[in-house]
Parts: sequence; structure tokens; C-alpha cells
Amino acid sequence: MAVRGARMLFGASVAGAYALVLAPVLAVVVISVFSQEIVSFPPEGFTLRWYANAWDKREFARGFVTSMQVALVATAIGVPLGTAAAYALTRARLPGKAALNTLLLGPLAVPGVVAGTALYLFYVRAEFWVDDDIKGTTLGLVAAHVLLTIPWTVRLVSAALAGLDRSAEEAAANLGARPLTVFRRVTLPMLRPGVVAAGLFSFIQSFENLELTLLLVGPGRITLPVAMLNYLEFRVDPTLAAVATVQIVLVGALMLITDRFVSLARVV
Amino acid sequence: MGTLQLAGLSRRYGANTVVDGVSLDVAEGELVALLGPSGCGKTTTLRMVAGFVEPSAGTVRIAGRDVTRAPPHGRDTGMVFQSYALFPHMTVAGNVAFGLEMRGIGRAEREARVLEALRLVRLDGLGERLPRQLSGGQQQRVALARALVVNPAVFLLDEPLSNLDAKLRAEVRVEIRNLQQRLGLTTLFVTHDQEEALTMADRLVVMERGRVRQVGTAEELYERPADLFVANFIGRVNALAGEVAGPGEFRVADGTALPCPRDAAPGMRATLCLRPEKLRFQPWASAGVPAVLARTVYLGGQTEYHFTLAGAPVMALRETPPAGDRLRGLQPGDRVTLDWLGEDARLLPEVAR
Ligand SMILES: Nc1ncnc2c1ncn2[C@@H]1O[C@H](COP(=O)(O)OP(=O)(O)OP(=O)(O)O)[C@@H](O)[C@H]1O
Ligand SMILES: [Mg+2]
Repeated sequence: MAVRGARMLFGASVAGAYALVLAPVLAVVVISVFSQEIVSFPPEGFTLRWYANAWDKREFARGFVTSMQVALVATAIGVPLGTAAAYALTRARLPGKAALNTLLLGPLAVPGVVAGTALYLFYVRAEFWVDDDIKGTTLGLVAAHVLLTIPWTVRLVSAALAGLDRSAEEAAANLGARPLTVFRRVTLPMLRPGVVAAGLFSFIQSFENLELTLLLVGPGRITLPVAMLNYLEFRVDPTLAAVATVQIVLVGALMLITDRFVSLARVV
Repeated sequence: MGTLQLAGLSRRYGANTVVDGVSLDVAEGELVALLGPSGCGKTTTLRMVAGFVEPSAGTVRIAGRDVTRAPPHGRDTGMVFQSYALFPHMTVAGNVAFGLEMRGIGRAEREARVLEALRLVRLDGLGERLPRQLSGGQQQRVALARALVVNPAVFLLDEPLSNLDAKLRAEVRVEIRNLQQRLGLTTLFVTHDQEEALTMADRLVVMERGRVRQVGTAEELYERPADLFVANFIGRVNALAGEVAGPGEFRVADGTALPCPRDAAPGMRATLCLRPEKLRFQPWASAGVPAVLARTVYLGGQTEYHFTLAGAPVMALRETPPAGDRLRGLQPGDRVTLDWLGEDARLLPEVAR
């Protein structure tokens, strides 16, 4: 009897936790398809008007494209860099390894707004040196977002490296493979789940980032989260919920696709 | 193919010397087993030959060439790992082809040799599988094929059978030995299973705490062990401490006289070693060495008889006597007479604990 009670309690807690996590997401989706401008309950009047409205506001579409571009490029740069760093940190005999590791995970600990401000100030200074624009350019934005991708990559790839069976690498060397060939033909393929997961998380981190980005965007180069914040300054209506729903669906789809290639539950 | 020579090979970790001056010559086509208890330095020795562990002192020569400082990929050894270490993301054929690819062998020849190697280990038709789709025994044979296919100068095996069940182990043991002899592979084989070593190796190296205790054929080690450690490690042995009293006579502490080789120098303190199958016995008669039966262990075709001789345990192993034989009637506590040929006993300088 007691066991059954405990099991029910456990089940209820799990259901509660899921509800807590999913409720805001569901609320956003629900709000996006009903007609009231001011959120009320129960909702009435099913409509796709807010999606049409979001489409009409070109800043959202442009923001989406900018966010995509920045996230893809930042991931493409950050994941190889982070992987190399993780490899060096796990394998090489480096002095000050622990300090280096902390440094690379640093961006996770610094609040985005602080990091954004610091970068803004740094860019202002750097513009003076190079005598060209940095803040407000795609280059400046991508460079900042690479900072977001590195800690995730270092963490995920380090974990994958720690769990790697070294004897397969030794077998390759024994069969005549030089160190670089061993890395390319054996180590890297065995790390694939970790690297793919790192790519996914890096992309999401960059795509969704608001705080770090806020000060670094320029006219015509607004990312989607910043575009949403701008919109919010003038109006509060379910258009934002519609945009957010699109974002949720995109990220969800990305996770599902990735999960088909590597089991995320295993690497994260 | 080639020879393998180790000279004064040592490895220290901090203050800990885990391999201590190992010297060994393996002739072309010979299979030598490194045998010893866990932690005695077998794997470390093998890994120094393969180039994964750097020796603190000594040299490794393969086919006459000094490779002590050469990297693993420049040594031409073929190693089979205890965990098999297959490449999980490559097919069986991809695994076997890897070493050929590294040697720059063209696709056509590569494919032919992979097929040949897979046939050799009786895995034909499984080339397109992934390692995880194979049983443990099949994976083990892929690992063998992968190492064999490149025709290494020296073939290295680190307890390749320890993950297999007893029946498969016996089978694969014969397979490896047959392949090794057919291909004439110079082989160093690590094991801590003495039966494996005795049945497979041309010569055995018994190691203890990083040092070589004795090198020899199975027969030499069994019949003429150099010391008590080897005598105990290879097969089973009765060990009795005492002193040589006269020609062919050995006395233990309480004065009981035992047969020993006639050429032993009188007055020498030693341990008398006797293999269980050399010990004969019969129900008490007035002449001979007196002892008391402690217990018998019936093993089917053979039976172990455990006795107490002058306070020390000794054991005899013989064919189970037929029903009705008078030995069948022996009960624990019965007095018996022991006997053996003096020349069958061996005197070792150390004193048994
Ligand atoms: N990298 C290392 N650092 C410190 N000590 C080590 C290292 N590698 C091995 N040793 C020590 O060296 C000794 C010999 O190890 P080795 O693996 O060669 O033993 P082994 O004979 O193969 O034993 P087993 O039969 O258990 O495999 C052990 O005591 C081990 O703890
Ligand atoms: Mg070992």
C-alpha cells in the first residue's frame, strides 16, 4: 500500500514538473492562435491573423534571416575551435590546464548584459585602432556569438573525450597511422555524437541570445530576439506569441532531427 | 616476419619499478608467452614493444632494427588488445583494411587481402557488419584478422582470450596457435592463465614483480623449475622444507626421512619439491614414509588425495582407482605409506614458508 502511494506521489511529481516546464510554452502557442489582443481566459476566436501580421512586419523576417546567418557562422567557427580546445585540455600536457578550462567556460558564468557591455566598450576601442566599424557589423556580432558557442562545445566534447576508449586510437597507431590520421580517422568519428550535440547547443545559444546581442546590433542587422524586444516597446499583442511559436517549432525540430543521428540523452 | 630482442628493458613509475631488466630473444616464427600473476608487468612489457610505453632503460629490437625510440606507427607490430579495440564506426572489412590503407596498398589488392584474412579467421560474409553486430568471439577474430592482415614483423597479444567463455577460449586458443604456426608469425603472447601458456607457447617466460624468474619450454619449467615461485606457478607442487642428510636422503624438521636425488650435497638446506602425480601411496605398511589421509577430492577420471606428512600438507593426484580397489576403502584419518623415486623430487635452494 505504502509502495503504491509512494509511486503515485512520484508520478504526480513528475507530471507536475513537466507541467511547470511546458506550461509557458503551451501558453505561448495557445495565445498565438486566438483573436484577443489582451490575453484573457477562456480564449476565443481561432485565427491565424497574428502569423499573417508577423509575416507583414518585415523586421521579423529580416531578423530571422540575420539570426540564422549569425548562428550558423558562429557555430561553424566555434565548434571546431571548441573541439580543438577540448582535445588539448584533455590530452596535452599543458601547464595551467585548470585555469584555461575555467577561462573557456567563463562566458557561461558572466551575465550576458555584462559581457555585452564589455564587448561594446572593447569594440569602441578597437574601432579606433583598426579605423573601421565593428559594433553593428555582422562580423562583430558573429565574433561575440562565437563566445557563446565555445563553452558548450568545450564541455560536451570534453565529456565525450573522457568517455572515449583510448585503445582504439592505439590500435590505429599500431596499424601504422600517424597521429593526425589517428585523430581524423578514429578519434573524431568516435567523438561525433558529442560534436553534433555541441553544434546543436551552440546554434540554439546563438539563435536565441538577447542580452549579449542587445548592444552589438546595428541598423538593418537586427537579430530576431532583438526585433521582438523592439516590437514589445510599442505594442503588446499575440504577434510576438506567433513569432515565438515559430521559434519553438524550429528549435524543437532541430532537436528531433539531431536526436535521430545521435541520441542526445546519451551525450548531454 | 622477424625476430624480437629485448635487452635490459625496464620501466619505472616514480619510485616504483614495474618492469625490471627484462631480456629476451624471440626467434623467427616462435611463440613466447609472458606469464605471471596480476600486476607483474606483462602488459607494460608488451606495450613497450608496441611503443605505447617508453622504456626507462634498455632496448627493443625488431628484425634487428633498434626501435626503442620509434613511435608506435613506425614499428611494424600487430597488436591484439584485450578489449579488441575495434573501430566502432567502421565495418568489419573497414577495420581489417585499415592497416593496409595506412601502408598505401591499392584498393584491389586491399580487398583481396581483406577477404583472405576474413576467410582465415572464418568470418567470410560478415565484412559489411559493424563490430557491435558481432558476438564477443567474432569481434575477437576481427581483431586477429586486423592485426594479421598487414603481415607484421612481430605479433603481440595481450590476454586476447580473457573475455571469452571457457569453451570458446579453448577453441580460439587452437585457432590462434594454428594460424601462428601456419603463417610463421613471431609472437609475444601475454597471459596469466598457465594452461593457456603451456598449451600454446614454444617457450614461456615466468615473471614476478617486474623480473623474469625463468625462461624455458613447458617441459623445462614443469620438470626443472628454477625456484619455488616457478614450481608453484606452473602446475601444482608439494613443497617440504628440510636438509639433505645423506645420499638420496632428505630430512624434514621432525626427523622423518624422505627420498631425494642421490647427487644432492649432504648438509644443504633446501625445499624438496614433488609433483602430485609423482607421489605414490598405499594403505599402511611398515616400510616407507608415514602419513595420514586428510581428505579425498573426486574429480571423475582422477582423484586428489590430501595427506598430512610430518605436519605439512601434501597431495597426490592419480587416476581414480577402479571400484573394489583397496584404495577405494581409504577413509580420512587412515594411516598410509607414501613413496616416490628420489630422482622425481627436486631440491630448490629456497626454503618454503
Ligand atoms: N601508467 C602507470 N602509472 C603507474 N603505475 C602503473 C602504470 N601502468 C602500470 N602501472 C603499474 O605497473 C604494474 C604492472 O602493470 P601491468 O599492467 O604491466 O601488469 P600485468 O602483469 O599486465 O597485470 P594483469 O595480469 O593484471 O594485466 C602494476 O602494479 C601497475 O599498477
Ligand atoms: Mg595486463
